[in-house]
Amino acid sequence: MSDEPENVSSRRTFLRQAAMTGAGLVAGASVARASGPDPKITEVQPWASSFGDPVDASPYGSPIRFESHVVRRNVEWLTESPVSSINFTPIHALEGTITPQGCAFERHHSGAIELSKQDYRLMINGLVETPLVFTFEDLLRFPRSVTTAFLECAANGGMEWGGAQLEGCQFTQGMIHNMEYTGVPLRLLLKEAGVKPEGKWVYVEGADASSNGRSIPLDKALDDVLVAFFANGEALRKEHGYPVRLVVPGWEGNMWVKWVRRIGIYDQAVESREETSKYTDLMPDGRARKWTWVMDAKSVITSPSPQVPIRHGKGPLVISGLAWSGNGKITRVDVSTDGGVNWQEARISGDAKSKALTRFHLDINWDGSELLLQSRASDDTGYVQPTKDALREIRGLNNVYHNNGIQTWWVKADGEVENVEVA
Amino acid sequence: MSKLRNRLLLSLGLFLLSTPAMSEKLGLGRPALPEELAAWDVAVLPDGKGLKPGSGDVLTGEEVFGEKCAVCHGEFAEGIDSWPVLAGGDGTLTDRRPVKTIGSYWPHLSTVWDYVHRSMPFGEAQTVTVDETYAITAFLLYSNGLVDEDFTLSDKNFTEVTLPNADGFYPDDRAESEYPRFKGEPCMKDCGAPVKVTKRAIELNVTPEDPDGRPAGTLPPLDTSAASAPAPPAAPAPAEVAEAASDPAPVPAATVPAADVPAVAPAAAPIETAALDPALVGQGEAAFKKCSACHKVGEGAKNGTGPVLNGIFGAAAGHADKFKYSKALTDKAAEGLVWNEAELDAFLENPKGFMKGTKMAFAGLKKPDERAAIIAYLRSLGN
Repeated sequence: MSDEPENVSSRRTFLRQAAMTGAGLVAGASVARASGPDPKITEVQPWASSFGDPVDASPYGSPIRFESHVVRRNVEWLTESPVSSINFTPIHALEGTITPQGCAFERHHSGAIELSKQDYRLMINGLVETPLVFTFEDLLRFPRSVTTAFLECAANGGMEWGGAQLEGCQFTQGMIHNMEYTGVPLRLLLKEAGVKPEGKWVYVEGADASSNGRSIPLDKALDDVLVAFFANGEALRKEHGYPVRLVVPGWEGNMWVKWVRRIGIYDQAVESREETSKYTDLMPDGRARKWTWVMDAKSVITSPSPQVPIRHGKGPLVISGLAWSGNGKITRVDVSTDGGVNWQEARISGDAKSKALTRFHLDINWDGSELLLQSRASDDTGYVQPTKDALREIRGLNNVYHNNGIQTWWVKADGEVENVEVA
Repeated sequence: MSKLRNRLLLSLGLFLLSTPAMSEKLGLGRPALPEELAAWDVAVLPDGKGLKPGSGDVLTGEEVFGEKCAVCHGEFAEGIDSWPVLAGGDGTLTDRRPVKTIGSYWPHLSTVWDYVHRSMPFGEAQTVTVDETYAITAFLLYSNGLVDEDFTLSDKNFTEVTLPNADGFYPDDRAESEYPRFKGEPCMKDCGAPVKVTKRAIELNVTPEDPDGRPAGTLPPLDTSAASAPAPPAAPAPAEVAEAASDPAPVPAATVPAADVPAVAPAAAPIETAALDPALVGQGEAAFKKCSACHKVGEGAKNGTGPVLNGIFGAAAGHADKFKYSKALTDKAAEGLVWNEAELDAFLENPKGFMKGTKMAFAGLKKPDERAAIIAYLRSLGN
């Protein structure tokens, strides 16, 4: 719902307010003037006189050194071993919707393995007419499909289930990334092997030591699942499953099996470790939900946030955030500055794609007072992102996965931001 | 190639292009061979499908478990540190801190067999034999109080065992139990009474921090009065880099309580003379993966299940600051044990034989070459 009339009028209001507080803005600008002419302008700077780097200084480039803080980060106390662990995407420092591979979070169960295209094999067997083996070269000869999708770990926000715990959306909502994948629709590979009528599930395993097998119902496998080998226009990175990973749009990240080596067709779910002991949701009555694959609609304000304090003082402020839904397309995002009592609709920037990250912005004139910032996403099924307390009311306190509750950031008068809960 | 042939190929190509891509198989890939299927299709299903013929009893399982699994999961499957607890937890699923084990939570025994067989031990997957897998599974049933100690598990009686929480799971019902509650026009104005902050993450103080005490990754200020970082010299001399890198952390020696240190420094010096073989160090680094689940090395390494091993070679036993060693080790340390080549070799070959009562629940490295490589790697780590 971009460019809604409300937004236009709120922009007008904003412009009027900005005009009224114009004196303040000028005063702000005059600080620079008071200190005299800016030497960055009046003096010839080295970069304006001599050469920069030649071409090929870095045949495959890296971010400029000033961006060295934009990296994945680990929370060491979460896991016993870094080869069976997770880190977090610096979503607080990114804009737009595409996550660069180099800082897209990693989750390994036995470390990121090095598997070449030449050593790669994919087997399809079980309830099929002909069990088959494909090489990487074989996969390149199937018709391709391109799709953009978010991958969110089912445990994203899990540490926040019992209350606010970590300072920064990198840590609270950063088990997510969003890439444009190119690969072969799984249904084409399945068709090649010929699924027998009694085949109802596909079980997908990786080539690493954990193998991380997951069962996926055949309907989903035939719908939008991709056997992908490109991400964001280039080969997958090692840590994301090079040379081949599964893409399961809208469903929890654990199912996006990396280094995929076998797809077995079965008449039942395999009930592997990753779909029984883990990735099941313990409910207050002691029973557990299983097969909770879909990631429900969710959003978070990425700036300002604890790692992005407001340092420029009052006046124009850009509120930026991400929204997504595993059930479809984001249709609307509302933002509250008073902890959920009153809301205004944010602007959706760019295209809202189904099962992909969507960027929203809200431009306000910050008067320097405290804010309790929240965002609330809605998707095209009519689902509205609930509060954490509303989820706890149903799921109790022992649930870990699928925390899609509303996040609150407390912006203080000095611009510092804290992760809090409100009631 | 003749023009005619080209034209023929072209028209053939057009014909192929105009065929709906989905209607026919492409003829890609090749049939999988029986040996290949046997090697890769190792999944075991709840109904026992996929089980290999074989058997194993509880007592054998206890032995194998002690050797291959107890280092992380504990001798009684109670879990060391945060490694998974595999036994106990009965009746805790509604507690505030539920203990989710094979006995209390897992619905299917097939999952245990499948996972042990394909993914364990951690760092040495696919090394447990079929009979050992039955034995470990039998032991895990026993440690959960589900079978007697004379029990033998096999492919014949496997499906007769039902885990206590077999009926504890139901398929995702969010579409019925949650979605209706969360649909509808969202409230925009006066949606409730004014709110107050009830919980603050900052009070827990568990977020990784930057050196300035802010949350790790906080964006740098863009204030134009702040000096921009000077560009690094085009090709810094290695010595400079090392110096700069060590700059921010000159702490350790000074802050360690004196009593913990004395033996370490003097012992280290004389042994460092013989040159290290880089190839051997490389092999050692690869083999060290077996140790890395518990032992951390390198810059910034911290104690884990086991102590940090930086500087272990040539050091007096008990060298790691703040690690809680076993009594067996502190006793040996008091007797003057120094980790030279011979002592490390003997310890790594048979930890429990060398030091009865050590906390290191590791079976040992039987291959002399492997021990030599790991020792060379430990030497290369220095302090």
